Amino acid sequence: MATVPMEHALILAAALFFLGLAGLLARRNLLFILLSIEVMLNAAGLVFVAAGSRWSQPDGQVMFLFILAMAAAEVAVGLALLLEFHHYAHTLDADAASRMKG
Amino acid sequence: MLRLLWLIPILPFAGFALLGVFGRKLRPATAAAVGVGSIGLSAGFSALVTASFLLHPPAGHNHMQTLWTWMRVGGFAPGIAFQLDALALVMVLVVAFVSFLIHLYSVGYMRGEPDYSQFFAYMNLFVGSMLVLVLADNLVLLYLGWEGVGLCSYLLIGFWYKDAANGRAARKAFIVTRIGDAALAVGLFLLFYHLGTLRIQELMERAALQWPSGSGLAIAASALLLGGAVGKSAQLPLQVWLPDAMAGPTPVSALIHAATMVTAGVYLIARTHTLFSLAPPVQTAVAIIGAATLLLAGFSGLAQRDIKRVLAYSTISQIGYMFLALGVGAWAAAIFHLLSHAFFKALLFLAAGAVIHALRNEHDLYRMGGLRREMPLVFWVFLIGAFALSGLPPADGFASKGLILTETWNSPLGGTGLWAAALGGALLTSIYTFRMLFLAFGGPLPQPVARRPGVTEKLPLLLLAALTILAAGLNWPAAWGGVSLITNFLHHTLPAPPVRTGRVAGGEAWLEVIAVGVALLGIPIAWLLTRGAPATVRAALQTRSATALRGFWLGGWAFDWLYDRVLVWPLVWLARANEADFIDLFYRGLAGMAGWFHQLLRWTQTGRIRWYATSVALGALLILALVIFL
Repeated sequence: MATVPMEHALILAAALFFLGLAGLLARRNLLFILLSIEVMLNAAGLVFVAAGSRWSQPDGQVMFLFILAMAAAEVAVGLALLLEFHHYAHTLDADAASRMKG
Repeated sequence: MLRLLWLIPILPFAGFALLGVFGRKLRPATAAAVGVGSIGLSAGFSALVTASFLLHPPAGHNHMQTLWTWMRVGGFAPGIAFQLDALALVMVLVVAFVSFLIHLYSVGYMRGEPDYSQFFAYMNLFVGSMLVLVLADNLVLLYLGWEGVGLCSYLLIGFWYKDAANGRAARKAFIVTRIGDAALAVGLFLLFYHLGTLRIQELMERAALQWPSGSGLAIAASALLLGGAVGKSAQLPLQVWLPDAMAGPTPVSALIHAATMVTAGVYLIARTHTLFSLAPPVQTAVAIIGAATLLLAGFSGLAQRDIKRVLAYSTISQIGYMFLALGVGAWAAAIFHLLSHAFFKALLFLAAGAVIHALRNEHDLYRMGGLRREMPLVFWVFLIGAFALSGLPPADGFASKGLILTETWNSPLGGTGLWAAALGGALLTSIYTFRMLFLAFGGPLPQPVARRPGVTEKLPLLLLAALTILAAGLNWPAAWGGVSLITNFLHHTLPAPPVRTGRVAGGEAWLEVIAVGVALLGIPIAWLLTRGAPATVRAALQTRSATALRGFWLGGWAFDWLYDRVLVWPLVWLARANEADFIDLFYRGLAGMAGWFHQLLRWTQTGRIRWYATSVALGALLILALVIFL
């Protein structure tokens, strides 16, 4: 079984993370911001899995399961908020939600 | 019967509460009944307690009653507890009975006042506070009564508050006595810190055990207590408030000057006499303060035109006698003079009130006269009061002042100088007293009598006159075949006066003769200065130096003038100069800077989520860079 080198996995994870970050910063639509966060979360999960396989420990995969569960919960809350916001503002533009400015 | 002790101070407070809450809804007659009734009941219970105390004396002539613990902080647990011994008993009797008579007098005197019920409420609170003061078994409770008395003096001196001058006089009394109160409070802290208790009895025992005679701590503590006593009892140098306190209604003056308030300082020193005995320099200071005050106030009394101010200075002077007696160790003589002074000074004030009302609120002695025929009763009781004040038999002032003079002569702490000062004071007292009498009651009547005293005013006058004579009968000078019921009773609590060696046996009779002779000498002098003044005296009184001296004494030795310049004006100047409050500039600067930073940081809070996300990302990058490259 050919093993994927650790460095490749890390590079992929970093690429995913920065893609997500770029999406988070550049996108205005709240739905896409939420998607970008998911991408970043998966990048972090990937690092866990890669590290677990590198040291032949199950902990990395266990951690990934936790992250999955958490991401699911987060998406549930996030989408609910999003729906509520759409009801209220009739838009999903993140910049429209700036009433909390100091 | 001693179980009923707690009722004596509680009843006036109950009267105060009732009048304070419902006073405005009550009819004047009901308000007066509550006000007088509460004090009357209190006096009745004090008579019952006295009878029981005399018939079945408690162990050591000392009865304690603890109602509850006031507060408990660490080792400090003062109680609401009363101590009844010979000293407290005499004080309770005097306070309750004289106050009752003054209240009774006020019913008629204050009739028609708009704040009739308030007046009685304050008076009740006054008497209640004074009773707490004299019955307290610890110095904290005593201090509570002490401050209560101070508060009521403020309320009552400023009773006619619509006149700004009365408000000023009330504030002056409050602030000047407060200076003394501060000293007293510091004294209490000192005593508690070093002796660990404020219960008077324990305190005295521990002080006697732990502090040698003349130790620095004993001197400091007793000097601080003396500061408090000087303020309340209007002695040098804090006597300036008392003449102005005449702004209050006449019954208030009688109450403040006869039975309550000003006697508090004398009582405090007598109560803590052990402490003062441990500090001979302070005790000497007490005697000197007393002697100086009685002379200064005597001279001031000579020049006053206002009948009430004459009496005010005579009060300062008589309290000076009490301080002198305390200073030479004649504790019982001081308390006996306090008792007799309470009777005759209340009598004189109430009689003066009748005179003032009769002449349409005229206070000026030189616009009075001729009342001897118009108001014979007032004249006769005033005469008895004048005899007492001057120290002439058969009134009680003769017995008490004579006792003080004798003890001053006999005491190793006294001596010829102090005795001569007291004797000079007796001459002055006699002159200003009879000057007042001749001016108010002799000569022609300046205006028809407007108002004559009613029954409720005559009765207290007669009773007080009777008490003035009676008190002398209870304590007639030993040299003249005497009885000493009161002083012997007081010796259960207070030690007997010290006697110096080598005094002439049988000299007391001569001392009494000299004292009475000097007082008698004052009567013709007073006559020559007033109604019977020959042309030469009249001319001499009109000379420039005589007028200047009179003005100097009229203003009370220019103490007000001095204090204004030394204390009041610099303080006012400082307040003016610091109107902008320069210390506050620093704090205002701090607040301004915080506001400026707030504006700066507010700009970062855009409310845009992408802005926040960018900040977080940049921050994370920054931290990463720091971690990696540093």
